[in-house]
Amino acid sequence: MRDEALRAMQASIVNGAPETAAVLAQDALTAGFEPLDAINLGFVPGMHAVGEQFAQHTLFLPDMMASAEAMRAAMQVLEPELRKRGGERPNAGTVVLGTTKGDIHEIGKTLVGTLLTAHGFKVHDLGVDVASDVFVANILKTGADVVGISALLTTTMRGQKSVIEAIERAGLRARVKVIVGGAPVSRRWAEEIGADGYGQDAASAVELVKGLMHQGVHAG
Amino acid sequence: MRPNLAVLDVSLIDRILQEAFSLLMNPGVKVGTIEAAELLSSGGARLENGVAHIPEWVARRALQSVPREFYLYDRGGHAAVHYGGDDVHFDPGSSCLSILDPDTLRPRLAQSRDLVRLIQVAEVLPQYAAQSTAVVCNDVPSEIGDLYRLFLVLWYSHKPVVTGAFSTSTLQAMIDLLVADSGGGEALKWKPRAIFDVCPSPPLNWTDFAAHNLVVLARAGIPAELISMPLAGATGPVTLAGSIVQHAAETISGIAIHQLASPGAPVVWGGAPAIFDMRSGGTPMGAIETVMLDIACAQVGKSLGLPTHTYLVASDSKLADAQAGMESSISAVLGTLAGINMISGAGMLDALACHSIEKLVLDAEVIASAQRMVAGIGTPTETLATSMFAQVGLQGEFLKLKETRQLFRGEQHFPSSVIDRSTRPEGEGEVQGDAFSRARERVQELLASYSELEFPGQTRSRLQESVSRAAERAGLVTLPGIPVNELQRMQGSAAI
Repeated sequence: MRDEALRAMQASIVNGAPETAAVLAQDALTAGFEPLDAINLGFVPGMHAVGEQFAQHTLFLPDMMASAEAMRAAMQVLEPELRKRGGERPNAGTVVLGTTKGDIHEIGKTLVGTLLTAHGFKVHDLGVDVASDVFVANILKTGADVVGISALLTTTMRGQKSVIEAIERAGLRARVKVIVGGAPVSRRWAEEIGADGYGQDAASAVELVKGLMHQGVHAG
Repeated sequence: MRPNLAVLDVSLIDRILQEAFSLLMNPGVKVGTIEAAELLSSGGARLENGVAHIPEWVARRALQSVPREFYLYDRGGHAAVHYGGDDVHFDPGSSCLSILDPDTLRPRLAQSRDLVRLIQVAEVLPQYAAQSTAVVCNDVPSEIGDLYRLFLVLWYSHKPVVTGAFSTSTLQAMIDLLVADSGGGEALKWKPRAIFDVCPSPPLNWTDFAAHNLVVLARAGIPAELISMPLAGATGPVTLAGSIVQHAAETISGIAIHQLASPGAPVVWGGAPAIFDMRSGGTPMGAIETVMLDIACAQVGKSLGLPTHTYLVASDSKLADAQAGMESSISAVLGTLAGINMISGAGMLDALACHSIEKLVLDAEVIASAQRMVAGIGTPTETLATSMFAQVGLQGEFLKLKETRQLFRGEQHFPSSVIDRSTRPEGEGEVQGDAFSRARERVQELLASYSELEFPGQTRSRLQESVSRAAERAGLVTLPGIPVNELQRMQGSAAI
């Protein structure tokens, strides 16, 4: 019975079904599940399965978005109950995201933020057209482990370098990992401007951030 | 006959335009500057919280005042590009950050010297009717990046230029540079040498930068090319038809701002729409659906009688390889058949992130083939075949006929050395070199054939003077891409 319920939770994420996920989350609480168990044993394995299927080319970005929505719907039910019981979902890491100054494109960045949130990260999305000093101020304010700088245009891509330089000037470079992404961005560009990582797509950005957290972001 | 390609029928174009007009009213269009918003308001649109709701009659009136055709001119004052009708021209793709190093086959950040080489190659290739500001020069401060690359194009080319500004402040400096090139504002307006790409942000948003530039260009009488680029499934509807509607709405709203600022100013129904790759989140420019979108959007513009532009001949491959050849060839041929006036994108790889001069040379071959295709099958002889058969009978020695000698140059296109049509000598096994290696050699030949340009009067001094102040302010002590001895020689002759 319990396994069946957990499998249904997982399936609701893989199927990208927010309404079902919310109902199953409520059912789990009614049936006496610990909220953290429903999260970690039911819904989170769903996100892992989604990641695997994306890598196998059987799921695509719209499917991932729907899965992240389903995860959000489940968490909206489970998190208040978790807090009520004095608990909290462990924070996988704190991430500040934004699109460079002069660039108002945000779809890739928003997708990364949605997926990171679904995987348990605390995401502070600064939006688009973000100046370097705003990145720096928010790294300080949130104690970010990772900052993600997005750019869609070749002309605004150079802004990623400016943000890294501003972080260095503020003396924060050793305590925050920098990742870059966006359609024109490449691994080589990331290396050239001194970023710590580059995600080719939203799914690999999640793996990248997990890897950086695993390395210990404050090691520098 | 000229072979033509259409991907939309008349009834679908009507539906597209009707829905586009409907979008202009609801949800309307975001407009980033008060000036553009007030222009729309004065023309009959309703403003609400930075959103203009544009009635169909306002949009149709603007569409009516757009010139149906105009020309871009070379430095000698000759009409070199005809925007209008079914004429097709090509220019290299623009604004790449990287260039493919032909030795390492890896991309590296482009420098001024790369842009100079690219300009020189495009200058001597007749397939490119216009130049573009093809790469971002990473050795130039970004605040004058757009101005400086236009300067380099004007310095090394007589051809017209497809360009664009990165900011509101540099647009005026770029116009000043063109005025210096033409010898005055009226001369530039009379015979425009450049066209500026201006891009709305999908969906349905003319940002402050784009709206401002539209108004400035319209009032200066300098042609503008509207580059709407919905990404089907991400920043536009997933259906191709839906994104074509969005493209039409964005373009018509831009035309409305532009024509209200200066009725009759030249403007082009351009675009760079693409599908959104549902795996990588990228913008596959070589995808057949992207080609379909680009051709369909241009067809909507042509149905309104407007000059057109689009982005084709680019590839998603990282090398100038078989994939690049396949993607670029398909889109070059289809775009030419569709009669799109200006097709940008040649030379580009990696979804517009990287330029390759070798690919530019390879693309020139397919462009020449496409142009030969639309020249069509002619009938230059009185009888199609019988009079020639009357002369040669069943002997069949057509090679000796005077008609053969008179007409073969018009009947056949002769490719450059990049295309291998040699017959393999019997017994010879290995083929020496592929198309890319032949393109590398051809680049060297073309660069060697580029000769220093003759400039009228004090044009070069004016160009140098115009850019030097901005360069100095940006901290440049030399002009990258211009040999110092050339400047010294010029200063010396000016002093004389």
